[in-house]
Amino acid sequence: MDTLDDTERTLASLTPGEQGVVQGLSCEGLTRRRFLDLGLVPGTLVEVALRSPLGDPTAYLIRGSTIALRKDEANKISIRKAV
Amino acid sequence: MGACGGCGSKCGKQRGVIRLGVDASRLDYLVALAGNPNTGKSTIFNALTGLKQHTGNWPGKTVTRAEGMFEHQRKRFKLIDLPGTYSLLSTTVDEEIARDFLLFGQPDVTIVVLDATCLERNLNLALQVVEITDRVVVCLNLMDEAQRKGICINDRRLSVDLGVPVVPCAARHKVGLDELVRTTHEIASGALTAHPRHVAANHGTMEAVDELVPMIQSMMPGMPSVRWVAMRLLEGDKRIRQALQTGELLQLAAALASRKVQQPQTLAQAKLVPA
Ligand SMILES: Nc1nc2c(ncn2[C@@H]2O[C@H](COP(=O)(O)OP(=O)(O)OP(=O)(O)O)[C@@H](O)[C@H]2O)c(=O)[nH]1
Ligand SMILES: [Mg+2]
Repeated sequence: MDTLDDTERTLASLTPGEQGVVQGLSCEGLTRRRFLDLGLVPGTLVEVALRSPLGDPTAYLIRGSTIALRKDEANKISIRKAV
Repeated sequence: MGACGGCGSKCGKQRGVIRLGVDASRLDYLVALAGNPNTGKSTIFNALTGLKQHTGNWPGKTVTRAEGMFEHQRKRFKLIDLPGTYSLLSTTVDEEIARDFLLFGQPDVTIVVLDATCLERNLNLALQVVEITDRVVVCLNLMDEAQRKGICINDRRLSVDLGVPVVPCAARHKVGLDELVRTTHEIASGALTAHPRHVAANHGTMEAVDELVPMIQSMMPGMPSVRWVAMRLLEGDKRIRQALQTGELLQLAAALASRKVQQPQTLAQAKLVPA
């Protein structure tokens, strides 16, 4: 991963195989804490591992673990796409 | 019974350990196995107790608490295999079982099992566990995998930085388990004391915690992990606040402290258990 796309988008917009770097989290309280505990701090590289047949949830590769997030969750994580 | 006399053909390579399965007739120490999902907790549990908890290469296999026994140097240890968890603060339902036991089950020792191939992720939980107890042993598991991937870990330095003993292991190959049991025994008996380094909180927060702790203690005498509870209250954790007010938290602690209670105990389920 060398460069990042200019536009900020959410993690939910990535498709399997694509990578993004976390810019920020648009949530508070326990949800935010949970994301941080999963390793989703700004600067973290996330790759889309696979999407379930119905498109939700999606499995992401985050700091060496595969973690499933629902679409509404992934929408709270802003990223810049790695190009 | 000799060091390895009790287990017949089932005996693995751990020389100082007698596997006792579910025979909990006498108990000296209670030991919990905590860690992220898929770090080898059940593999360690099976190797030490001779039981057969479900293991496999995907996360989330262990969903309730399992108990088993082993003997070491004439002391009997009850080992609790817990579901994997990424956090003690923001838990899912499976994770609550692990969190509740670690906080309110008052284990004599907590073994935090880390995946040596992704330490960065795993250390988050280790730091959260040392916030609630000093009686911690870190098991640096999957060392064989780490080696295969060319990852080299200075375990002594890690031990100094964390302030708790660190034992490198490859549980699947029964490597390091003797040392793990020995160290666990030392922490349990007090022969070895850990001095965990804590993440620094700011002065104001610490003062607020110090103020809250005696209030909670007088409200709920005998309640474990009071500092942790105080921190959650300061953070505005509604679930904990409610559990404290309704007495649910104290009930859970009492149920877990009896050490005889069977199967899953979470904040949500504690109410259903007769006192
Ligand atoms: N190479 C290697 N594999 C191991 C080691 N320890 C455990 N494993 C394997 O890792 C996988 C996960 O082990 P488990 O014992 O099921 O892990 P767990 O922590 O109980 O997992 P959950 O209950 O899902 O949280 C299994 O396939 C084990 O065989 C080890 O030291 N080296
Ligand atoms: Mg398990």
